[in-house]
Amino acid sequence: MRANAAQYELIAPATLDDVLATLATGGYTPIAGGTEIMVALSAGRLPQKPLVSLQHLKELRFIETTAEAYVIGAGTTFSDIRHHAGLAADLPLLAGAASWTGSIANQNRGTLGGNLVNASPAADSPPALLAYEATLKLVSATGSRTMPYTAFHLGYKKTALLPGELVYSIAVPRIWTGYRSYTRKVGTRNAQAISKIALACLARIEENKIADIRIGAASLSAMPMRCAATESALLGQPVTSQTVEKARAALASEARPIDDIRSTAAYRAAVAGNLLEEFLQQLST
Amino acid sequence: MIELNINGKPYTVDVPPMKRLLDVLREDLHLTGVKEGCGEGECGSCSVLFDGVLANSCLIPVLQAEGVEIGTIEGVAIGEQLAPIQQCFLEEGGAQCGICTPGMILATKHLLDKYPQPTLPQIQEGLAGNLCRCTGYSRIFAAVEAAAKLA
Repeated sequence: MRANAAQYELIAPATLDDVLATLATGGYTPIAGGTEIMVALSAGRLPQKPLVSLQHLKELRFIETTAEAYVIGAGTTFSDIRHHAGLAADLPLLAGAASWTGSIANQNRGTLGGNLVNASPAADSPPALLAYEATLKLVSATGSRTMPYTAFHLGYKKTALLPGELVYSIAVPRIWTGYRSYTRKVGTRNAQAISKIALACLARIEENKIADIRIGAASLSAMPMRCAATESALLGQPVTSQTVEKARAALASEARPIDDIRSTAAYRAAVAGNLLEEFLQQLST
Repeated sequence: MIELNINGKPYTVDVPPMKRLLDVLREDLHLTGVKEGCGEGECGSCSVLFDGVLANSCLIPVLQAEGVEIGTIEGVAIGEQLAPIQQCFLEEGGAQCGICTPGMILATKHLLDKYPQPTLPQIQEGLAGNLCRCTGYSRIFAAVEAAAKLA
């Protein structure tokens, strides 16, 4: 049953500092584009806590380009990301994920920071950011800290964010010249489905061997995951049918897919292996 | 009190800040062109223009609409005259029961603002968040193509 909106408080302090001071008092839930929280409200499953709005904060909505990295404000929308020429050219895994995150209307509202903090194991942007080894800047009323994104997800919908902390920005290194990239999402249909399984991969080949490899996955475990065992099986290897078999076995060993409303564990495991093989076959051409 | 700007006109409403913009438009301001379909951001029948870009009003707490230029279907026609997009939907048979039509027209407006001469894949993607369950998408796409030709 739908919740009664009158039972919820929502405030929109003018600046980021004011928002952080509010969060420091405890008990507030941040809301940015609302594409998750408002669905929870309508479904009657939004915890009855006061909310603080972030969507008006221009301080959180930016894309900075430096020689080493793109620094993306947490309040940057998926539309901002997919229409940024630099990101589209240099970070195809992230631009691709932004392009298939929900409809145009949802891409206009949903934010990269919100996608990470919501921490769905099926979310679209985490596999790309895991492969790119992004770094998060977290802020609170008492200061800021940085953290590798690979350390952010701790379990099902559980993150390293502390009470009172917000994601401020996501920095993605620009070191991908010479890398081959591959990303594919498999859902019930091509448009606007939540993924059954998705992979985002990067590899660099030197002298016919895999000199570097990074594989991020959605819906293969309780949280977005880097496929470390699969990467180990591939690193330093030539792309042969034997290597492909070993990599498939490694992926099967580290994946923990589940049966749920969207798919089955068996289907997810099989398709994950097929996507990995498709990526590796592209590397050998 | 929350101050809103809708179709260029100022409104003041006394509603809870988490009330959905959709409900404020329909219940408090009687702008009933905006429809509720799924209520969870999937179907697009509650589409509005939010500072010029397409958004689902079922996912917007009204407080977040303060200071924003909101556009609804009521602001599309020019006086008593249908706008070209509306005329094309009418002539091409792009509307039947009408529940999705306001959203389809606003999505088309947003699309044509970005791509005045869209390709068919751009039309399909631009309208992919707006579901129709009766007239069919072919006639809707034909209406969008006709509207683009008039531009």
